[in-house]
Parts: sequence; structure tokens; C-alpha cells
Amino acid sequence: MHIRKSDPISGSNIPSSEITPRDQWMNRRNFIAAAAATGAVALGAERISEILAPSSSVHAETKLQTVKSPLTTTGEELTSFQDITHYNNFYEFGENKSDPAQNAGVLPTRPWTVKISGLVKTPKTFDIDSLMKLHPLEDRTYRFRCVEGWSMVIPWVGYSLSELIKRCDPLSNAKYVQFLSYFNGKVEKWAPFGYNWPYSEGLRMDEAMNPLTLLTVGLYGEELPKQDGAPVRVIVPWKYGFKSAKSIVEIKFVEKQPHTTWNDAASNEYGFYSNVNPNVDHPRWSQKTERVIGKPFYAQRKPTLMFNGYGDFVASLYNGMDLRKYY
Amino acid sequence: MNKPTLIALKTCTWIACLYPLAALIYGAVSDPVNGLGPDPTGRIEFSTGLAALRLLVISLAITPLRKLSPRLSFLIKFRRLLGLFAFFYASIHLIAYVGLYASFDPNTIYQDVLKRRFITVGVLAWLLLVPLALTSTTAAIKRLGGKRWNQLHKLVYAAVCLGLLHYWWQVKTGVTTPLGITLVTAALFLARPVLDWWKARKAARLKSQVA
Repeated sequence: MHIRKSDPISGSNIPSSEITPRDQWMNRRNFIAAAAATGAVALGAERISEILAPSSSVHAETKLQTVKSPLTTTGEELTSFQDITHYNNFYEFGENKSDPAQNAGVLPTRPWTVKISGLVKTPKTFDIDSLMKLHPLEDRTYRFRCVEGWSMVIPWVGYSLSELIKRCDPLSNAKYVQFLSYFNGKVEKWAPFGYNWPYSEGLRMDEAMNPLTLLTVGLYGEELPKQDGAPVRVIVPWKYGFKSAKSIVEIKFVEKQPHTTWNDAASNEYGFYSNVNPNVDHPRWSQKTERVIGKPFYAQRKPTLMFNGYGDFVASLYNGMDLRKYY
Repeated sequence: MNKPTLIALKTCTWIACLYPLAALIYGAVSDPVNGLGPDPTGRIEFSTGLAALRLLVISLAITPLRKLSPRLSFLIKFRRLLGLFAFFYASIHLIAYVGLYASFDPNTIYQDVLKRRFITVGVLAWLLLVPLALTSTTAAIKRLGGKRWNQLHKLVYAAVCLGLLHYWWQVKTGVTTPLGITLVTAALFLARPVLDWWKARKAARLKSQVA
């Protein structure tokens, strides 16, 4: 209600497409900000109201029809839409966290196809619109933990990747799934040298088939903003964020463990498995704790959970494996 | 240089040196939730570290600049201020690490300093700055004597090198953000011998002309 009341404050620079979903993603923070803005305007201050009218662009599209999911994570305070869309690692659009929000607008997300290749009965290509209709879209809130030591809680939209894999008829010798992201040096001219583009990531077949692994097409009930990996990405919530490839153009079924971009760049720092694990440090920093994005500096730090808190779903995938060796 | 100009320049230097801190305080106070961006801890750590390194590098530029022209010799009056502000930001940087990253846990700090080379060299760089800050007073210069004081303060070169190493080892492989400040530092390191050689040549020429 307070949000509605304060809409006139932020004025006409809110695109109408952004106004409707605001009620949905209004969390405690926005509520406080809205209340504060109402007060601040009375005093003639303008700065706080900027929160309600974020200045940088958000490359989001239309609203999605979704259903509830038992696999969603409850009881966590959501990270704001503003932070999820303005604090991104998407090196193809620049190395700074704020770069993707500024630069990803050039990503051509329509038309878009995803090629299914490698060890499958019949290779095929899905159009993005048919991919989005393949299975009912679910609201899935997951914790998101970056290998750099920060975390968010994000309400994604999508369905289990297993639904797609089932329809691809992989052959029995397909042991791994490789994800390849869109890459065009003319479009993504910010991509730094020294990396193995296009971005490549991978999962073991059983990891890819785990119901938590989400083929993701939306965020906060809307189509994915470009800086968050539009139009389709994966989300693997028990692994560090870089395992969740963005803007996927090809899903390849392979027999051998595929190469992955960050592992190519620094194999001692970014393993193939990269499960969230507070007991295995990154060579350069501890992974025992994390900084929650969007909290004040004195309240950011919290303990990191094994498998990012999804151990009940995924710990059995790694029975008998030395997770120090397979980091 | 007359006194009012010097006072005006010193005031400007103070304002410029306090700016990074003022920006952080303004952000934190004006909007407790969003004022320092999505990752306030990271912002505090990065901006104080960068301020410390930049101020150190600027303080290194003073001697080469003075060698360019006698008219620039007044710049020496700013070096202590810059150096002390560098130490000030390096100290906030260290305290922010201790509080916001290590949560004041001695064991975490101990492990980090031992195991993580970028933290090891960062702490070393700060430790090298401590004796320099302590001997920055006029009384200390007199007590040590100019020659010994100068020798001791050569440690600043080591501190800058360790600071740069700390920066390079902290960023991800392939990230080149520390390149700019590294090149500036390298240029300043080279400037001294080059300027000395240039001056010597000039002096020799003058001599031969006189002869």
C-alpha cells in the first residue's frame, strides 16, 4: 500500500511496465524505503526516492504465468530486484559488477534458439518460446552463493532441467552435460582477453537431472533481465554461482568431463564441482562465511552452509567422494 | 611561494585526501540500506585500499617532480601530509578487514595471514608504513638525523611494491584493473635515475661550454 502511495514521488521516470510487478517484489527493504521516502519528501529530500526510481536501466521483458513449487526455499528475505539486476558477474559485458546492467542491453535475445547436441538420439533445436512452454513455469526461490564470498536470495522462474533432458533422449554413454553461452565478440565487446570464450560450464548427468537444477527463464515473475542471463540460463543452487551458465545457446551431452571457462582460467581456484562448501577454502579467501548483498555493512556477514543449505537434496550425489580433492 | 597560497593549497590537499572517507560516511549515513551500494563491505574495503595506494604513489611523485624544476621544490611541504593520509587509509583498510571480513576472530586472522599470500603481503605493507608514520614528526627527523631518516624512509618503495602485489593477488586471474597504477608506479621508479642522468648531462654540457 505504501508503495502505491509513494509512486507519484518518483514521478514519470518509472516505465509503466515496471510498476505492476513492484507489489510482488516489495519486501521489507522496499517497504522501509517507501516509508522513508514518503517522510523524506515532506522534508524536501530527494535522494531516498531514487531507490524507488532506479536510475540505471533494467533490461527486463514481460510478465510470466507461473505456478508454485514445493522445491522453493522459504523463510529467507529476498534480495531486491534492484540489487539482483545491478550487481552482476557477466564478464562478456565487462568486469565490474555494475557493467552488465549498463551494457547487456545489446544482447539479442529474440529470436533465440537452444541447440541440443552431442550424445542424443536425435539432435534438435528449440526455439526460446517453445522452450518456455515445454513445462509449466514455477516460482523457485533459491539462495545464491558466489565463489567471491557474497550471497543473495533470488526468486527465479523456470522448471527442472530434467524435464528438458528427458525430452532430449540422451544416449547411455552421455555422462556429462555441457552448457555453452552466447558469444559474439562484436556484440560483447567488453569481454576481456585471456578467457576461453564462449563461456562453457558443465554438470555431471546426475547433477543435471537433480530436480533442484533449474532451467531458468525468469526473475521476480518476469522474463530474465539481460544482465542476469536472458533469455535462458541454468541455476544450480548448491554450487557457486559461476557454475550456473547464462544466456545458453547450446546444451551438449558428452562422455568426458567438459572444459569449463573458469577452470581454464585458474584451475586451482575454480574446480569442476565447485559445490558450496564452508570447509574448503578458496586459495585466496575463506569460504566459511559470506556477505549478504543489500544489508548494511555491519550486518552483512553470515555463516555459509554446506551445499548452500541444500544438502538434503544433493549430499547423496557425492557419497564417498573427497570434496577437498574434487573442489 | 607566499604563505596564503601555501595555506590554500594545503586546504585543497586536506579536502582531496578526506574525500574518500567523506564519501563513505555520507553513503552510510544518508541511506543506511543502499548508500554504499549492494555490497557495502566490499565498497569500504576497496575504496580505502585504493585511496591508500594512490596517496602513496602520489607521495612518490614528489621527488621526481621537484627534480624537473627548482620552482616545484615547495612540493616537499606536502609529502608528509600525503604519506600520513596513506597510512590513515591503510589503517582503516586493515581495521575494516579485521572487523568486517574476519569478524574480530583472532584465529581467522591468524589463518588468513599465514595462508593467504595477498593478505600476508598486505599486512607486511602496512607494517612497513608504521615506522614511517611514527618518525614523520620534525622532532623524529632531528633525532634520527637527515641521512638515517632518509634511509629509513626508503622503506616506502617496498611498501608500495607490496601494496601493488596485494592488489594483483587479490583480483581474479585475467583481471587487469591494477595495471594503471602499476604502470604509473613503474614510471615514477624509472623517473629518478632518468632525471638524475638528464641533470648530470646538462651540468656536464654547461661545464664544457664554460671551459
